Amino acid sequence: MGMTLTEKILAAHAGKERVEPGELVNCRVDLVLGNDITAPVAIEEFSKIGVKEVFDRDRVVLVPDHFVPNKDIKSAEQAKVLRDFARAQNLTYRFDVGTMGIEHCLLPEAGLVGPGDLVVGADSHTCTYGALGAFSTGVGSTDLAAAMATGEVWFKVPQTSKFTYHGKLQPWVSGKDLILYTIGEIGVDGALYQSMEFSGEAIARLSMDSRFTMANMAIEAGAKNGIFPVDEITESYIAHRLKRSYKVYRPDPDATYAAEYDFNVEEIEPQVAFPHLPENTKGISEAAGVVIDQVVIGSCTNGRLEDLRVAASILKGRKVHPEVRLIVIPGTQQIYLDALKEGIIEVLIQAGAAVSTPTCGPCLGGHMGILAKGERALATTNRNFVGRMGHPESEVYLAGPAIAAASSVLGRIASPVELGLKEVSTVA
Amino acid sequence: MKLTGRVWKFGDNIDTDVIIPARYLNSADPANLAAHCLEDADPDFPSKVQAGDIIVAGKNFGCGSSREHAPLALKAAGVACVIAPTFARIFYRNAINIGLPILECPEAARTIQEGDKISVDLETGTITHTATGSTWQAKPFPSFMQELIGAGGLIAYTRKKVTGHA
Ligand code: SF4
Repeated sequence: MGMTLTEKILAAHAGKERVEPGELVNCRVDLVLGNDITAPVAIEEFSKIGVKEVFDRDRVVLVPDHFVPNKDIKSAEQAKVLRDFARAQNLTYRFDVGTMGIEHCLLPEAGLVGPGDLVVGADSHTCTYGALGAFSTGVGSTDLAAAMATGEVWFKVPQTSKFTYHGKLQPWVSGKDLILYTIGEIGVDGALYQSMEFSGEAIARLSMDSRFTMANMAIEAGAKNGIFPVDEITESYIAHRLKRSYKVYRPDPDATYAAEYDFNVEEIEPQVAFPHLPENTKGISEAAGVVIDQVVIGSCTNGRLEDLRVAASILKGRKVHPEVRLIVIPGTQQIYLDALKEGIIEVLIQAGAAVSTPTCGPCLGGHMGILAKGERALATTNRNFVGRMGHPESEVYLAGPAIAAASSVLGRIASPVELGLKEVSTVA
Repeated sequence: MKLTGRVWKFGDNIDTDVIIPARYLNSADPANLAAHCLEDADPDFPSKVQAGDIIVAGKNFGCGSSREHAPLALKAAGVACVIAPTFARIFYRNAINIGLPILECPEAARTIQEGDKISVDLETGTITHTATGSTWQAKPFPSFMQELIGAGGLIAYTRKKVTGHA
């Protein structure tokens, strides 16, 4: 019997020929990650284990990104715990204000993750790196502490479900719409404890940025990880970035899947997830019209160059609606710089957007755009839970950058088609 | 170990943002987390909950972020155990790692009502309704996890592994 992509990577890191779903395995990790919320708790636990140094200073990366630049005194103290530890441990890769970015945009860009890797991070969206053909998953602070000490983590081998996407993307449809549509179909626990393996000709044509967006939201379907096959698009992304050797795994043709889903993407229009769950999705034709106070374009889901490009292509020569606050947050300093060079930032500012240094900021209701009671935001982020972006009686709608940009102009949830924009596909 | 407590009920998909909102994550102080535990689902919960109370919730409890502050907040608020049909996987790991007992039992989660008194035998996974005497059997933990729990959580387990003593 064959193995899935995830089973192969877990087997290789457990030093075994093969693994079966349900089996508990102890795996070697290639990289461990923490941030300014989860690392301080982990550092405290680490001190109780009885080892002085992390298992490998090249393979522990701590990124202050959630409440950074420090939003208040308490956050400053927390971030300082992370900074002091990183300095004391002499960690090889150090990122901070001025060089940092949102962790899940930053690590692939910095060449710290590659195909076939096994990565754990004390952040649920660590599953993002599945876009590169890595097994990566979120854990808690205690798991992070143990992994920093030993370089190992225990896992229950998940079952895998396969998601195949056929056909050619509709205009203004990107990875965000495919994953929102998928979560709408299977629900927020539709892939609970499972691995989501993505494939199909629509995926093969998808840009790297759109793949990151899809893998990022695997957790929103309850999955342990989401993973993509490695192809030329992956290889060209890592070519000038990856600092380590890597191994490409492919699923066996006779691998066993818990479920197989087939989607015809020609039937998928841009999606919007209504409050308060990512599974409450509607096509834009049924979603248009909801009046909004704020639009956020950013986060580890959609804060990459492609996202900013799409937004700028819609906002060029237009103005943000007077009743809407448009906040744009490039995912990393490099994305910010690239967008600046391409003229994207100028277009956004001319349109009336506020552009910020990289931070998670409003995505988790931290800072830089908190909602008041009764306010509504449309965001390119990944969660629209109660109170996620501020007051428990505020609302968050999730969509891709095209819908976000068009909505910021019209002051209500809208498609770029309403602005008379040419129906061009945003990717490939 | 046997726990007996009063039940608070919650619905499906109680996410970690609702268990402890990010606006309080600028501190990991347990008292601070407890003071705001589940307040976005029920503003009075932090003042109503008492040590030893048990939460019985719907499916996918603890979905969302990896914040260990969520099980920490519940534990600090005095919640002795959480029973649900299913848990989100990171929450499940975190709860085991920090020693917050959680049990998967769809039938118990469906039948038990708010305010009921129940007892839970953590060794056997048996849940008993005090007034009616009805019992339910939760899924037992795999032996590796029992070992983790027995060692006193992941940190104690790891300490023993790397230093050779507890
Ligand atoms: S951008 Fe949002 S979802 Fe991503 S890591 Fe930051 S807080 Fe989490």
